[in-house]
Amino acid sequence: MADVSLRGVSKAFGDTQAVDDLTLTIKDGEFVVLLGPTGAGKTTTLRLVAGLERPDHGSIVIDGRDVTRLEPASRDVAFVFQQYSLYPHLTVYENLAFPLRSPARKWSEDDIKRRVLEVAKLVRIDHKLENRSTRLSGGEMQRVAIGRALVRKPAIYLMDEPLSSLDAKLRGDLRLELKRIQAELFSTMLYVTHDQIEAMTMADRIGILAEGRLVQIGTPKEIYTEPANLHVAARLGQPAINLLPADLLPETAPPAGTKTIGARTEHLTIRKAVNGHSDGTVDWVEHLGDQNHLHLTVGSRKLVTLTDPDTLFEKGDRVTVRLKAPLYFDGAGNRIAG
Amino acid sequence: MAEIRVQNLRKEFGSFVAVQDSNFVVNDGEFFVMLGPSGCGKTTTLRMIAGLELPTGGKILLGGEEVTMLRARERDIAFVFQLFALYPHMNVRKNMGFPLLAQGMPKAEIKSRVEETAKLLRIDHLLDRPVSGLAGGDRQRVALGRAIVRRPKCFLMDEPLGTLDAEFRDLMVHELRELHNRIHATTVYVTHDQHEAMAMADKIAVMNHGVIEQFGTPREIYDHPATMFVADFIGSPPMNFLKFGGGLQKGAKEIVVQGAAVTVPEIHEDFAPADFALGVRPEHIRFDDNSRLRGSIYGTEYLGTTQIVAVETADGMVKARVPADIRLSVGEPVGLAFNGARLSLFEQASGRAVRTNAREGVQKGAAHG
Repeated sequence: MADVSLRGVSKAFGDTQAVDDLTLTIKDGEFVVLLGPTGAGKTTTLRLVAGLERPDHGSIVIDGRDVTRLEPASRDVAFVFQQYSLYPHLTVYENLAFPLRSPARKWSEDDIKRRVLEVAKLVRIDHKLENRSTRLSGGEMQRVAIGRALVRKPAIYLMDEPLSSLDAKLRGDLRLELKRIQAELFSTMLYVTHDQIEAMTMADRIGILAEGRLVQIGTPKEIYTEPANLHVAARLGQPAINLLPADLLPETAPPAGTKTIGARTEHLTIRKAVNGHSDGTVDWVEHLGDQNHLHLTVGSRKLVTLTDPDTLFEKGDRVTVRLKAPLYFDGAGNRIAG
Repeated sequence: MAEIRVQNLRKEFGSFVAVQDSNFVVNDGEFFVMLGPSGCGKTTTLRMIAGLELPTGGKILLGGEEVTMLRARERDIAFVFQLFALYPHMNVRKNMGFPLLAQGMPKAEIKSRVEETAKLLRIDHLLDRPVSGLAGGDRQRVALGRAIVRRPKCFLMDEPLGTLDAEFRDLMVHELRELHNRIHATTVYVTHDQHEAMAMADKIAVMNHGVIEQFGTPREIYDHPATMFVADFIGSPPMNFLKFGGGLQKGAKEIVVQGAAVTVPEIHEDFAPADFALGVRPEHIRFDDNSRLRGSIYGTEYLGTTQIVAVETADGMVKARVPADIRLSVGEPVGLAFNGARLSLFEQASGRAVRTNAREGVQKGAAHG
């Protein structure tokens, strides 16, 4: 494993600037997740590191070596795609062994066997080694696809939404597994997704991509609690952060230049109004099962926050709403220290 | 709009039973979701309501009228498919008006109907734009508009949001529900996504292997799952199951799990000794050093306001949802305590829920009305 750096990398397709002056270092043993919507440049960034695309500008350095002009095969990277692409005529064992059988590697059968068993155990597919890959469930196939990348020990693993084609439950299980495997192997990982939960739960650092640019990079907690601007603040959090005009609530004194206040559940104190004064009304309590959302109207604005599963709020309740250390943003959308 | 009544509906494909004697009623104006994994029979049920598939047995009544063997176009329904096909060479207005034109409606009436519908969907400013230049969300709205404009008896939707990004899907879920609140159209919606079901449905039918495992409001289904399948299918992470043995006595309020006494809702039926499971939702777990139910931290998942904590116990992994500010480290020993009033009990062999005072009044199984 090794440090991997992108230095001022740009890539355009026709008129579309897919990646725009991107500089990023993934440290040895680090799990970096790039998060952004479709078209943000996530997959192009991965393909640039893999060597499947050539940058227009900038360089890519793996373990101190400039690989910008090298072919994918000479870069020492392993790629896991969104759609598992297994060899259908081979067993799970042979699929996992395949990357090790390349003539350039000269592995003995014993070494291959040892490695395949080790990885199969890691991705929990060791009970199905003799099955044909077509006989597996979706989750098992994707575990084999991830395992096939893991049998090698490349400088970096590149993963393009490897969990997105799986159902919610399996995705939840594999999230935890993938993070555990990465931590156990201390592997270097660049992972792209549009799923904020995957980014929050797995990353050592999250990079927020928008229109080909890296808007912010930091730990999940930094990105969540200290977003650099409105764009980043809106990317993370369920329900989404409430963005309110600075003067919506009385008795708040935002710093000079504040145009917008960002308020998540933890920034709001909501109580039933007692003696006449109220700031808003409860529109409804949305029971989503694992989470319950409280929908409020305050002035002309709608607010949504998390509420207790056994909340006593009911539709029509008058409430007082107080802010506690919320996020402040200026007219350009950048954050101002509170 | 109209009520949909499904009676003993059955569909066989050769020796395979896709739908087994389903019974349910969708009330006029209700948003009804059929939820289940692929192959559970939800789409087949929808296609029978639509008239795209003829049942092997049973009846379908639409607004009191039997339509079981009628052709699709004789049923006055609107079917919204997963992939919306708009006519690319027509503008928004023409796309939306097309179904009415095909019915032979006068031009002036089409115009007012299209404009009224566009206003409802908040796309009236786009009416004269070509559909090719529209953003994804607006395209979905136009496709919905084309279905709504006919004012059919009901809407049938088969995973209409299945192909969208997570973020955009959340937006459309709220928009669809808001639209429903405005027009109150009887809707049957098929999905395998529990979040869509919980966020939109008035009533949910959870299906598995052609059988309706439970029919009820989202809250009933989440709080009082009728079977272990339902408990496991709904919730993210799903309900935890902790095994325990012995018999159950009517009136008991305590069970023993892994050597620890656990307070549960009062049990309302007797069981001979067998294998049982205690069902615990992740948000009903808290850490308590005094608890005799022990485990160690396997991993944590930070979600901002809350975190999901995986705890390894003698009986497998248990996942808890707790506030994000509780600090925990991997390997740390913890005691687990539960919110007793919110626990479920299941008989392992049948998978069905044990009757308790928390469950009284909750409908069991497929039967409804």
